[in-house]
Formats: sequence, structure tokens, C-alpha cells
Amino acid sequence: MQQIFNFVIRNKTFLLFLFLFGISLALTIQSHSYHKSVFINSANGLTGGVYGTINSIGSYFNLKEQNQILAEENKRLRSTVLNTKSSKSSVNVDSSFSNLRYKVTVADVYKNSYTLPNNYLTINKGKKDSITRDLAVITSKGIVGIVDNTSNSYARVLSILSKKSRINAKLKSTNHRGSLRWDTKSPNLVQLEDISSFASVKIGDTIETGGESTIFPKGIGIGTIETFNKDISGDTYTIQVRLFNDMSNIGVVYILENLDKQEIQLLEKLSNE
Amino acid sequence: MNNTALYIIRFIVLILVQVAICNNINFLGYINPYIYIIFIFLYPIRDTRLTLLLVSFLLGVLIDLFSDSGGVHAAASVVLAYARPLALKNSFGMLYEHQTIKFSKTDLGNLITYIIIATTLHHLVLFSLEIFNISSIILILKKTLFSGIFTIILSTLIIILFSRNKT
Repeated sequence: MQQIFNFVIRNKTFLLFLFLFGISLALTIQSHSYHKSVFINSANGLTGGVYGTINSIGSYFNLKEQNQILAEENKRLRSTVLNTKSSKSSVNVDSSFSNLRYKVTVADVYKNSYTLPNNYLTINKGKKDSITRDLAVITSKGIVGIVDNTSNSYARVLSILSKKSRINAKLKSTNHRGSLRWDTKSPNLVQLEDISSFASVKIGDTIETGGESTIFPKGIGIGTIETFNKDISGDTYTIQVRLFNDMSNIGVVYILENLDKQEIQLLEKLSNE
Repeated sequence: MNNTALYIIRFIVLILVQVAICNNINFLGYINPYIYIIFIFLYPIRDTRLTLLLVSFLLGVLIDLFSDSGGVHAAASVVLAYARPLALKNSFGMLYEHQTIKFSKTDLGNLITYIIIATTLHHLVLFSLEIFNISSIILILKKTLFSGIFTIILSTLIIILFSRNKT
């Protein structure tokens, strides 16, 4: 017993080092696997508060750019509204029968990274704005990511620029589907895999979300085809997609909540049994 | 007492500068300096190594908290804190043996050697854990080299500007 104590006291620095290094390694490994509760993340009061202060100063520098983006979006939305033939303009629709399918929340981006292998954004909406895990996050141009962790007033978003993200996507012209991944090389290019070789793929075509999951609605823009090549097996294409969004410059995002989510999940659960 | 306050202020300021400015530089797309390790460089030598280990761990975890990187900064900081005597011995030699190093009055050459050894070690551990894939060893070395150069230049300048004024 005496010897054990002596050993511990003699090597206390090394043992403490091993202990702390072990904790850090555990945190690192845990952060590399998806769908586990995360202890160390930027969606908390301390980091949210600091980033909020920084953002309140920094946001003035790109006001002009943000105005430009909003004006463009307004123009696009206005032209959609004016060009839609309204068939029931004179009929009052009871709001309890309205076919609202998505709830939209606006949030400011407090922190954004795009150089790490797994990138996250921190936004200033959280549980008290009824933001939960697995909601879609988009901008007016295209997709950004999926909500991954929430605290009371902040949320962390897993960016599409992450080794962990898998998003269902399809070609706009046809209905061939594949999954969207990121090879960590460039923040402007993501990879669309498993597109059948029967599809007619052309450089410059648009890629959009497939709408197979309950997270993203169908038809949100992702990007355009930069290059494509056949897989080693020759059955599928791997497509390099240039994103519509400049992921290094994101100011305001929209969070989409699918209101039919529970119904769809219930149905899928029933049919699986 | 006065010294403790100085170290606490340095701790907080370095974290804020790191997360507010240095994490957003992204020079040439991915090169960022990690200047928060200056705190570990300049930690008093006579203090016990156990405190240094604990403080470094706390520093790393806080940086991880801000940058959503799991535990990579904590691991790298703890390794640096543990290996610091080795770096000190290699760069200062006899001065370290006699425990008489004053960072504000040492020879500049020795100081830069110390910073280079410590930064390389820290960045190597940091990027190995961040990329977490042994087959991308070239990428790890590339990032270590470029970010390392950036960190070495910046931290040397900061130490010269802020710590060596009492000559």
C-alpha cells in the first residue's frame, strides 16, 4: 500500500497529464461521431453572450451586402407573387384549415467556421423560440445545414461543410437522387454521390434537395454541377457541386420546421412494423 | 497578488483575442494563428507543474467551447504544458537548470528557439487530432507548417511588444 502511494506521489505530474489528456481525447473522439449528446459546444450562455457582443459590432461591416441580398430576395418573391394566378382571392379561407406546412424562423449567425473538417454555426435562436434538433437551416440562396444542439437561447447548426453531414439531394431536371457529402477540401465544393449512371448529367445543371427526409422540403437550391466523373464500379456518378451559398459569408438564416413531421414519422414507423 | 491578477487578465484577453480575431483570419483559406498558447509559454517557471497542467487544460477546453472542436485544443495544450520543461531545457540550457529565466530579459535567440519548439509540438498534436486520419499525414504536416509559421511570428512579436518593455 505504501508503495502504491509512493508511486502515485512520485509520478503525480505524469498521472495528471495522462488523466487530462485522456479526457481531451474522449471529448475529441466523441465529437467525431454524430448522434451523441455533446458536452463541449458553442450553444451555451457564455459563448453565446461573447459571440453576441462580437456580432453586434461586426454586423455593421456587412450591412450593405445584407441589404443587397434582401433586396434581391424581395425582388424574386415579388415576381413570384405577381406571376401566380390567384384563384381564390375573393374567398376567405378559414385559418384552421390552412395548409401551412412549414414554420419559418429568422436567426442571426453569431459564429461561422468553414476551414475545419467539421464546421458548425452558432445562431441566436434556441429552445425558447421552439427550435429543436434536426430542423433545416437555409438562406435565401440555398441550404446551410441542420440544427444539431440547442440551449435556451442559442442553437448550434451542423454545416453542410462537415464530414458528418449527409443530405438527400437530386438533380433538378430529372428525379435521380443521391446523397450529398463533403470531402473537406474546398468550402465552395460539395460532392453528390450515388447518382445512377442512367441520369443525363450536364455541367451547369442545378442540384436541389430531394425532400425524402422530413428535414428539408423538396426543391431548396444547393448548387450547380462543376464537374462529374464515374465511380470506380462504373454504375454511379460522383458530382462536384458548386454551392449557391458563399459559406464563408452568412449573416441571416431561416430555420424551417416541418409541421407534418410527427405525422410522417408516425406513418413511417407504422409501415416499418 | 499583483502577478496573479496579471496572469488572470492575460488568460482572459488571450482567449477573447483568439476567438474574436485569430479564429476568423483564415489566411489563404485555412491558415489561422493560435496565439492563446502564449499563456503557456510565459507561465512562471517556479510554479508547480500540476497547476500549469490544470490551467492549460482549462484554457484548451475554453477555446474548444468557442470553436466547437471537441477536445483538440485541450489535448494539444495539455501536451504542450507537460513537455514545456523539455523545450525550456533545450533552448535555455543552463539558465533553466538554475531556475533563473526571466522572459522579459532573456536573449532573443533563445526565446525564439523556445517558441519554435513549443509551437511545433502544439500544432502537430492539434492538427493530428483535428483531422484524425493518419492517411492525410501530408495535410497535417502542411497545416502544422503554415499555421506554425504564422503563430511563431505573431507570438514572438506579441511577447516582444508586451513583455519585454521593462528593460
